[in-house]
Amino acid sequence: MPKRSIVWLSRFSIIVVLLIAWQIAIEHSRIAAFFLGSPVVIADKLVDWISTGVIFRHLGITLLETLLSFVIGCGLALILGLWLALNDTFAAVFDPFIKGLNSMPRLIMAPIFAVWFGLGIWSKVALGVTLVFFVVFFNVFQGIREVSPVLLANARMLGASRQQLVRRVYIPSALSWVFSSLHLSVGLAFVGAVIGEYLGSSAGVGYLILEAEGTFDIETVIAGVVLLTACALILDYLISIIETSLLKWQAK
Amino acid sequence: MSGGVNALDLRGITCTFPAASKDTEPYTAVRDVDLSLGDGEFVAIVGPTGCGKSTLLNVAAGLLPASKGSVRMFGEPLKGINSRAGYMFQAEALLPWLTARSNVAFGMELRGTPKREAAERAEAWLERVGLAGFGERYPKQLSGGMKKRVALAQVLVLEPKILLMDEPFSALDIQTRQLMENELLDMWSADRKSVFFVTHDLEEAISLADRVVVMSSGPATHPVADFVVDIPRPRDVTEIVQSPHYLDLHRRIWAILKDEVLKSYERGKSMSAA
Repeated sequence: MPKRSIVWLSRFSIIVVLLIAWQIAIEHSRIAAFFLGSPVVIADKLVDWISTGVIFRHLGITLLETLLSFVIGCGLALILGLWLALNDTFAAVFDPFIKGLNSMPRLIMAPIFAVWFGLGIWSKVALGVTLVFFVVFFNVFQGIREVSPVLLANARMLGASRQQLVRRVYIPSALSWVFSSLHLSVGLAFVGAVIGEYLGSSAGVGYLILEAEGTFDIETVIAGVVLLTACALILDYLISIIETSLLKWQAK
Repeated sequence: MSGGVNALDLRGITCTFPAASKDTEPYTAVRDVDLSLGDGEFVAIVGPTGCGKSTLLNVAAGLLPASKGSVRMFGEPLKGINSRAGYMFQAEALLPWLTARSNVAFGMELRGTPKREAAERAEAWLERVGLAGFGERYPKQLSGGMKKRVALAQVLVLEPKILLMDEPFSALDIQTRQLMENELLDMWSADRKSVFFVTHDLEEAISLADRVVVMSSGPATHPVADFVVDIPRPRDVTEIVQSPHYLDLHRRIWAILKDEVLKSYERGKSMSAA
């Protein structure tokens, strides 16, 4: 293992060097300044957003859309995944439809959702749900199909009814697969929310970016991207914590 | 054997599995098996690996319906899952997301025992199998021997009349295994459940059982010999193997078992050559 202090110092240096190079480049070239924006102005913008509190409304909406996409997407996937995985006939019937829907480029559904659900949060949630659903669905399906037959036989011998098998063996097994893909599914919910906002909205971080882009305000665009990246990192970190406690039985 | 009805009676059991594909024949795992288990009797079933011994246990457990034949439990025909039998599997069968205590309590909860009572009785059983203080551990955090103890407690806490054991200790190292065998004998002699114990290990079979049934090599497995083990109890599996009586029995049973093992080996060779 390399020393932690060296690793962190190196990481920090890389960022500083990049920022300095960036600043020098825009001071010597107007073209660079137009395309890249100034890191100082971007930092200013971020500080301004946070100190005035303007950003929290937008961030709140984006995160609310993320949460709703995740919860609804997971719920639907759990119900449908459970139902199809436990019923061979339905699984066979629906297989091509699910594969088809999954291979469809779903971001292109955004304009359709805007027509159906309007420009408020629900069109973004719908987009997020289509992204989250398939990841979770396939995990639930797999989780149920891969329950060990010995485990099932044992539960039946111990007295489990069909319903108890579903509740106490199949669902926990499926959930363990869902939990192990939390990073991916929450990440996709976030992507759905932001892309949805970017394609048409009146609030949210994606909306800020869209608005700034319209006036060639590259600094605000980049400030928005930095903010989203920071949010994604924090979400990822929170999920790691949740994951460890939910999956503690998987640790040696 | 007591004079009353048998704990289990298998009569004319045949199990045929449908062909896996068009090119293969339907597979008959066991054919025309008559086997009985007296009340309080410990019967070991030995045979070459993969000869369909587990199939028989699954039929007795009600997990697998026989293609032909009948199963009787204390005189009553068996329907569905055999709820008075406890089954100890060869493979890992604990629920990985439950702690050792919850695993032991699992069967009681399924059968409607209130949670607190189930937890208390589970704890008492963990203590009995030497795992006091390990109740909060998950199966992944336990050694192979400990997992087997939890599995044993999970089955015994339900106080089954019949125990079905499918090579339960085969994955353990020899020392742990002998320890577990002795403990099993201790627990068994306390309340004399009727036990079907499947194994491919003749030593284990003779040291534990009242009776050893030798099965033919598969497919279409059936019993070919039946030996009474009249070695007095209590027994210690580590010492018993040196007694002349044991050696004599071992020689006589092995003479028959060896042929079956060889047949099964030859068949395996020819199949892998084809």
